[in-house]
Amino acid sequence: MMPVEPVVQKLTSEISIRNLNFYYGKAIALKNINLEIYKGKVTAFIGPSGCGKSTLLRTINRMYDLYPGQHADGELIVAGKNILEKGVDTIELRAKVGMVFQKPTPFPMSIYENIAFGVRMHEKLTRNEMDDRIEWALTKAALWNEVKDKLNKPGTGLSGGQQQRLCIARGVAVKPQVLLLDEPTSALDPISTMRIEELIHELKREFTIAIVTHNMQQAARVSDYTAYMYLGELVEFGKTDELFIKPQDKRTEDYITGRMG
Amino acid sequence: MDLRTRRKTTNVIALGLSLAAMAFGLFWLIWILWMVFEQGIGALSLDLLTLDTPAPGNAGGLRNAIFGSLVMVGLAMLIATPVAILAGIYLAEYGRRTVLGQVTRFVNDILLSAPSIVIGLFIYAIYVAQVGKFSGMSGALALALLVIPVVVRTTEDMLILVPNALREAAFALGAPKWKVILMVTLRSAKTGVITGILLALARISGETAPLLFTALSNQFWSADLSEPMANLPVTIFKFAMSPFADWQELAWAGVFIITMGVLFLNILARVVFRQQSANH
Repeated sequence: MMPVEPVVQKLTSEISIRNLNFYYGKAIALKNINLEIYKGKVTAFIGPSGCGKSTLLRTINRMYDLYPGQHADGELIVAGKNILEKGVDTIELRAKVGMVFQKPTPFPMSIYENIAFGVRMHEKLTRNEMDDRIEWALTKAALWNEVKDKLNKPGTGLSGGQQQRLCIARGVAVKPQVLLLDEPTSALDPISTMRIEELIHELKREFTIAIVTHNMQQAARVSDYTAYMYLGELVEFGKTDELFIKPQDKRTEDYITGRMG
Repeated sequence: MDLRTRRKTTNVIALGLSLAAMAFGLFWLIWILWMVFEQGIGALSLDLLTLDTPAPGNAGGLRNAIFGSLVMVGLAMLIATPVAILAGIYLAEYGRRTVLGQVTRFVNDILLSAPSIVIGLFIYAIYVAQVGKFSGMSGALALALLVIPVVVRTTEDMLILVPNALREAAFALGAPKWKVILMVTLRSAKTGVITGILLALARISGETAPLLFTALSNQFWSADLSEPMANLPVTIFKFAMSPFADWQELAWAGVFIITMGVLFLNILARVVFRQQSANH
């Protein structure tokens, strides 16, 4: 009997990065990055501190725009458009590409308003539709059961792990195509970390996810693809299992076996 | 003497000196408060609120002065607060490193330390001298000029304290800058900004110098902002310097009212600020 061929899933690219360079003033932080982020997959970025993995993530939603002196060249294609070009509507871009940060950042308002804030930027919903959206987002972020009776309480009153899930709910509520997670668990305890990792597994059914992490085990647990970066360069990119079991590059091997970084 | 004993002795001396300095400062403060209380409490009566400032020897109160002070201080806050908050927002959110921002910050700091009598003279020169008469409006303007630099400063400082991560999080959701500032940054800094406003309010409540050349004073009831307007500080100044015992007593009552008002505002500011600290 012939061995059963695994069904090959057709990979489509959600984000294509070509010849991307990034500069902090004159200092170059990303050198000639070429990479695809696949639709419906989790792509992890690993590497030692200062390797540029967070910078790369912050380029995808043009977060660097806030800081004069930071700029990028090359191509970063989201939904068929090079978003590095001048005149790109960053508000529209950020509706498509959401982001969750290292430290939980609840806004100084109620749990309900925390989530409604982002939604109102892009959509006009009736009160009922908004209620539904908020329940939907909180359910997605596995927080609904814990907060459904205190939606009008301030978001700052939640625990660290809950706050981070609130931030994820906030990002999800806008219904982006891509979620960027910048070390989302590095400020959390192990239990909260586990819940967020479970959440990532759930969320990838509907969203493309790019996650930066310091924690290699985490990358191995949650991601389908992994990119190893070092000193602003993309050293190796591939399927997570392959990259961790049989790294092609000596530098990757040194890093994942703990000899470096 | 070995090293340890010497350190201990130094510690005891330093502690003693700082305690003495604190006692020295508190001593005067408590003496002042006690005196105001002792002299003022006896002068309190319902007449203070129902009768206007009298001629010497007649029964009277401070109704017109209290009213005038409330009107001018209120008007000054209404004029100054929006301007100052907007300027503070500009300095913290838009012009942090720009030349215009630096210059504005520098000028504001000068204004912050300008003696209040200079502000009074300034309004006298550009307003009172042009119109040709003293007025409640000019008094309010002089007080507003004292409020602006204080509130600009506190607003800017409080906004700068808001972590950038919070701004980034709001931008990442696709919010335009003005919405980020209005709904996230300013809201985070809200209690600090309110504290600044309350402290500015406390400061101008007792200011005499800027009113001397602007609102002047008025022996009679007047709610007309284009006429000279009675107010507590100048009334106190005039009555306290007079040889008449009943005027002096009214001056003490005025002092008591202002002191309690300012004390209340300061305590309120602290309570408000503590609430913010508890929220974080």
